[in-house]
Amino acid sequence: MGASQTRAEHQYQDLADKTGFSFEQIKNLYQRFQQLSGNEETISRANLDSIPALANNPIRKQIIGAFFDKRNQHQDEVGSCDQIGFEQFLMVMSHFRPPNLRTTDEEKEAMRKEKLRFLFNMHDSDNDGTITLAEYRKVVEELLSKSGEIGQETAKAIADAAMLEVASINVPNMGPEEFYEGITFEHFEEVCIFFNVSST
Amino acid sequence: MPARRDSHSPAGKSLPERGLLLLIVLVLLQGSVLPLGATSSPDTTRNVDNRQVKEEKYNYTKKAFPVLTLDYHHIQAPFEISLWILLASLMKLASSLSVACDTGAMTEHQPVAREDTALLTGQEAQVLQGPDGQRGTTWLDWLSVRTQLKGFHLIPRLSGIVPESCLLITVGLLVGGLIKLAGEDVPPVLDSRLFFLCLLPPIILDAGYFLPIRPFMENLGTILMFAVVGTLWNAFFIGGLLYAVCQIQPANPSILHKIELLPCLLFGSIISAVDPVAVLAVFEEIHINELLHILVFGESLLNDAVTVVLYHLFEEYSGAGTVTVLDCFLGIISFLVVSIGGVLVGVIYGLLAAFTSRFTSHVRVIEPLFVFVYAYMAYLSAEVFHLSGIMALIACGATMRPYVEANISHKSHTTVKYFLKMWSSVSETLIFIFLGVATVDGPHHWNWTFVTVTVLLCLVSRVIGVVGLTYVINKFRIVKLTTKDQFIIAYGGLRGAIAFSLGFLLDNKLFPMREMFLTAIITVVFFTVFVQGMTIQPLVELLAVKKKQEAKRTINEEIHTQFLDHLLTGIEDICGHYGHHHWKDKLNRFNKKYVKKCLIAGERSKEPQLIAFYHKMEFKQAIEMVESGGGFKMPSAMPSTVSMQNIQPKKPPPAKPAEKAEKAPSQLPKGREEEIRKILRSNLQRTRLRLRSYNRHTLVADPFEEGFDMNNYLTVPAAPPDSPTMCRARLSSGKDTDFKPAQQQKGNKTSPDPQSYRAKPESDSVPTIQVDLASPQSPDSVNVMDEFRRAGQQQRGGGRGEEDQGLMMRPHKTGEGADGKDPQKLTRCLSDPGPSADEEEDQPFLP
Repeated sequence: MGASQTRAEHQYQDLADKTGFSFEQIKNLYQRFQQLSGNEETISRANLDSIPALANNPIRKQIIGAFFDKRNQHQDEVGSCDQIGFEQFLMVMSHFRPPNLRTTDEEKEAMRKEKLRFLFNMHDSDNDGTITLAEYRKVVEELLSKSGEIGQETAKAIADAAMLEVASINVPNMGPEEFYEGITFEHFEEVCIFFNVSST
Repeated sequence: MPARRDSHSPAGKSLPERGLLLLIVLVLLQGSVLPLGATSSPDTTRNVDNRQVKEEKYNYTKKAFPVLTLDYHHIQAPFEISLWILLASLMKLASSLSVACDTGAMTEHQPVAREDTALLTGQEAQVLQGPDGQRGTTWLDWLSVRTQLKGFHLIPRLSGIVPESCLLITVGLLVGGLIKLAGEDVPPVLDSRLFFLCLLPPIILDAGYFLPIRPFMENLGTILMFAVVGTLWNAFFIGGLLYAVCQIQPANPSILHKIELLPCLLFGSIISAVDPVAVLAVFEEIHINELLHILVFGESLLNDAVTVVLYHLFEEYSGAGTVTVLDCFLGIISFLVVSIGGVLVGVIYGLLAAFTSRFTSHVRVIEPLFVFVYAYMAYLSAEVFHLSGIMALIACGATMRPYVEANISHKSHTTVKYFLKMWSSVSETLIFIFLGVATVDGPHHWNWTFVTVTVLLCLVSRVIGVVGLTYVINKFRIVKLTTKDQFIIAYGGLRGAIAFSLGFLLDNKLFPMREMFLTAIITVVFFTVFVQGMTIQPLVELLAVKKKQEAKRTINEEIHTQFLDHLLTGIEDICGHYGHHHWKDKLNRFNKKYVKKCLIAGERSKEPQLIAFYHKMEFKQAIEMVESGGGFKMPSAMPSTVSMQNIQPKKPPPAKPAEKAEKAPSQLPKGREEEIRKILRSNLQRTRLRLRSYNRHTLVADPFEEGFDMNNYLTVPAAPPDSPTMCRARLSSGKDTDFKPAQQQKGNKTSPDPQSYRAKPESDSVPTIQVDLASPQSPDSVNVMDEFRRAGQQQRGGGRGEEDQGLMMRPHKTGEGADGKDPQKLTRCLSDPGPSADEEEDQPFLP
């Protein structure tokens, strides 16, 4: 009993170092993880899919996809997996950990960047470093997917307008024959500069 | 002070203009002096005398019918009110002009202050003459004085340094002083009834209606903490310590010894509340970042409930002299009732207003009225029960806004906006002027100890309160409040006219110290408004506090904000942690599902926010395209030559109008062209309908009415279009097509002259897309042109007349052909489409 306790603590310490969560938070998340996985070691898409609260979320697919995206798991790998363990789960969650009182400005900036990267990865589904028009359209479509058939047609126009806006902000003077391939992360940062990415 | 208005006149004004200004000043003078003399004359006997004399006269000379009679008494009250308002408006004008003058012409002599004295001597003379004196001679005197002093502009300008509120108070002081000098009684201008029933509501409604909901809700916890706990702390700290100080100095008997604890606490509760009027006035000028603004301003709004309860509680019990535990308990209950009740009343009226606006599509003219009347009713209803009227107004305005905006027409929206701004700014000006007048008037009892201690305690308790509370709040906040933020919050705690009015309400018998209280309150108000108000701007600069970002809301921002919202909700759901995103999402869904359906007419209720936003934006861009033609002012940030082509090379998708017009209109892809035509076609239908349904109560003018004077504007003289057929004929002849070249000039370079874009020769060699232009039997295309032309004319003629943009060219929402079928929507469009994009409101309305 005692041994397992220290082992668990040791493990927690390890995770805490990696993710920046506190013990308390890790414990809570672990409970939730077990609840979601049905006391299994790993969690699958189906587990997350069945969360009732998510049912109405228009971007549910993308959120769940982000959990299984290796890019978000600090592993320097690409592609997605079918099952994730608690550690990976925690890694993904760590993008959204709240800053505490001791967080310095640089750390905050780093966290902000991390979060933006997370967002960017969600948009950039084929991982080529740019959000192309097709990908952007898909994002907007998903966003409007709960609003019925009005959404479909307009989504395209909105994505086009948004893309155009990004292009005009970042590449002000473009000849008619040039081609703006898509939003790179730097441009994405530029676009998102004005809102404060703070979260739970 | 009135001279401030024409202070810029020597700066390159011609003589006649100067004369005109002089005239205005004269009128103003008459305006400001006459009512003072009249209102201040308590001797109604004299008026009665006059009347008697007059009547006697009638009796004697009962010969002829009196062709011209003078009965000032008849119109006295409204006349004086209007004159006060006129004075306030002119002051506003004056301060804005002098600011403009200051910033503009630095080398000019500043004719400000000296002329003031000149004017004031004139005023004085008039006042001395009394309302019944020979004004003519006075004016002459005054004129001579003024001309004599015209050259001396010695005292340097103030308005660059001094905030408007300070200037206005000074004006009030001077006016009050003059009345005093004239030996008249100062009218009780800052009477509590007048203040709370007439002057305060417009300001609060304006604040509530345009409350930035998102930041407000995100910081609600902090705001409530400051507003409730902070105000309580301030009240008790100030009251308690003040009492303690009063009890010291036992040696020499002083009046302060007689003050009991409860009056002290009452005084503390009056003086501790941050004043929304003062905060608004000062913060509007310093352009601080949104977070700090909403924190201080939100606090000033929400602390009303605490103040009301404390005030009534202490007033009630100061007679009895003791407060029991039960009373405290009741006080807490009362606080909950007052605040929650106020909000409830507001929400109910807000929903009623929204519901009413659903049905106003046929009577557009009175639409804005509902907003005002319901809001005022909410305020009054809350005041009936001594609930917090301010909270009711805020709740009412914030509740009704999203629904009302979706329902009312674009023009009505503009009307609402302008009326709110107009009323609130006049009220604000009046309040500050009255504050000055009341200061001169009030029976003062200056007690050095009391006043000094009060000012000190106010400062100290504010600082301690803010620092202490922030320490607690920061534990819960994600974006922590820095030391700088805390400093600005503490320093921005201005007191104002509400405190004064509350003090004014005190009963003299119950509170023998009333005069001393009033003096102290006024001192604190003056101290905060003058010292803090004047120094806060330099301090903000010095500390390099983040300023407000003037960024326009872009479509990307909207997309990502929404995406992030959903993402965070999703993450919270996965965590199993129900944070505020979760509840916000629930609320949003409830709103979309039920509330919007009930309160918003037509299909707009189903429109998702993103789409609504997009439509607004698209509409704006289309307008801008038409408006600009050649010389284009890029709506978003920077000029760009990026077009749809650049982001998607394969098939030519619809290009965005803004970019297209900006770049030589070389690419107008087929799809886009079709879209524009659809929009315009449907607008034409509206025009037809408009022509038919014109009557006195629809604000929609004859579409050609505008065309008449706009024609003067055109470079090519054209006969006023008198009938659609005429237009069509002319259009078909290709003479009067404003928009056509924008489509036509494929390959042509955009002409440098912005006006001449319409006059581009139509070279037949250039491939044009105005397919049907030459064939009058195809009405669609012609109508397209017609519509566009008129829209363009309006745009150019009306300058930035945004209300007129609404007339046409509403980008289509969904089914393009749905127009004719849906009568409700049709009538909606009849006058114009809904409110335009949000950034309009974000523009500083006042200079």
